[in-house]
Amino acid sequence: MKLAILGAGDVGRSVADLAGEYDHDVVALADSTTATVDPDGIDIASALERKVGDERLGPKTPEAVFEADYDVLVEATPTTLGDAEPGFSHVKRALEADRHVVLANKGPVAERYEELRALEADSAGSIRFEATVGGAIPVLSTIEDSTPQAVTAVRGVLNGTANFILTRMAAEGLDYEHVLAEAQDLGVAEADPTFDVDGTDAALKFVILSNVLADGGFSLEDATVDGIQSIPGSALDLAAEDGRTIRLIGEATREGIRVGPRLVPENGPLAVTGTRNIVQIETRNAGSLHSSGRGAGGPETATAVLSDVGRLPPL
Amino acid sequence: MSDESAETGDAETDGGVRAFTVRLELVDEPGELLRALAPISDSGGNLLSIHHERGNMTPRGHIPVEVDLECPPDRFDGIVDALRDAGVNVIQAGAEHYGEEISVVLVGNLVETDLSNTLSRIEDEASAVVRDLSLAAPNGTEAVSSVRIRLAIDSGQTDAALAAVRSIGSDKDLTIVEPLLGGDSP
Repeated sequence: MKLAILGAGDVGRSVADLAGEYDHDVVALADSTTATVDPDGIDIASALERKVGDERLGPKTPEAVFEADYDVLVEATPTTLGDAEPGFSHVKRALEADRHVVLANKGPVAERYEELRALEADSAGSIRFEATVGGAIPVLSTIEDSTPQAVTAVRGVLNGTANFILTRMAAEGLDYEHVLAEAQDLGVAEADPTFDVDGTDAALKFVILSNVLADGGFSLEDATVDGIQSIPGSALDLAAEDGRTIRLIGEATREGIRVGPRLVPENGPLAVTGTRNIVQIETRNAGSLHSSGRGAGGPETATAVLSDVGRLPPL
Repeated sequence: MSDESAETGDAETDGGVRAFTVRLELVDEPGELLRALAPISDSGGNLLSIHHERGNMTPRGHIPVEVDLECPPDRFDGIVDALRDAGVNVIQAGAEHYGEEISVVLVGNLVETDLSNTLSRIEDEASAVVRDLSLAAPNGTEAVSSVRIRLAIDSGQTDAALAAVRSIGSDKDLTIVEPLLGGDSP
């Protein structure tokens, strides 16, 4: 497949870098201001070198990407809330041109799911978005394989930053502020970690899951969301007295979405440590399935994007 | 036979476990306690705590022992049966006596917001009994502190009880860390 990649952050760059391994060509790559396009496949190494060196990615504007001859648009621009722009318009343009779209951007899938599906219905192209939920973990394809109707709920830990902070608080008996500063030093937490610690990032993923289970109907404002900022180290100590720990757990069902700090058995599968993620998919006919792995990171998330590309039918 | 052991042997611990209490009475003989506990672990229960009330005799002259354990809810009846099969006198575990137990952690200005009032409201409004309480106030009672309470609730009333606790927490501006209960699917 010929890929056009919008967004040259960790995920977009990793998709470009790994595409060759999966036998795909990258014909266009754009960041927010510039683009490089080559119908014969762009020279990834030198483009990425320019990007890392803070130079222009290429001589063209991002607009040029849509004129390139591509099969799949990889939407890897940053997640935005509300109208999910400009990601939504990118997807719309590609579908209207009868191309496939693979999203790593959570915004359009969480906030404008029905519109995406309507556009897809009118297009020869399809949309896939495995990378938006749980990075490298095959969550959506597992649901797809079990058929969404047979999945009754999805629960789990889908934010590595919050999980890292809670794990360190429990292990070291430290308070939130202290561990957050440490996580920022280690590069695990962003300078502004609000979306991670207030539950918004996890909630977006569970909104996407509810949308998949119920075939639409949900956006972030339908989710009940609590963060971990008000959890002191002492709460984790008390939980441990009872063989429990606290994790930021999300739950998605056809009825709604809930994200908040919850008590879980200390040695249970949902008590993953560090930045690891886990999902528990509860099925009607096959009990619970658990899948754990790296929920973020450039190459990890890129593998989900490229698996999606591999599942697309030829155009 | 293999079906049977799959049924009772390998307890699932996928987050769908709950805490239960059984009250036993034991004959005061060496090895009795161990003998009484074996059927629990053999049937997939995880022992949480044992209150061996030495010196406190039941009317029949036996020693009361209270055992807290956790297991998937559908294994509990099997554990009670296994205890009885082993000849252990189970004095409280029948469906009419045992309820469900859940732990909840409350965080906030617990002292300022009158902890004992909070607890009595939970007992009234959540129809629960506070079985156990543990408070941590590392920065003094004026600061944010945490309390873990274990609640005994009538079977099937967990959701209602948690909703009541949630509403009391929101009245008093407390953060409620609820347990994640297992799913409803078998």
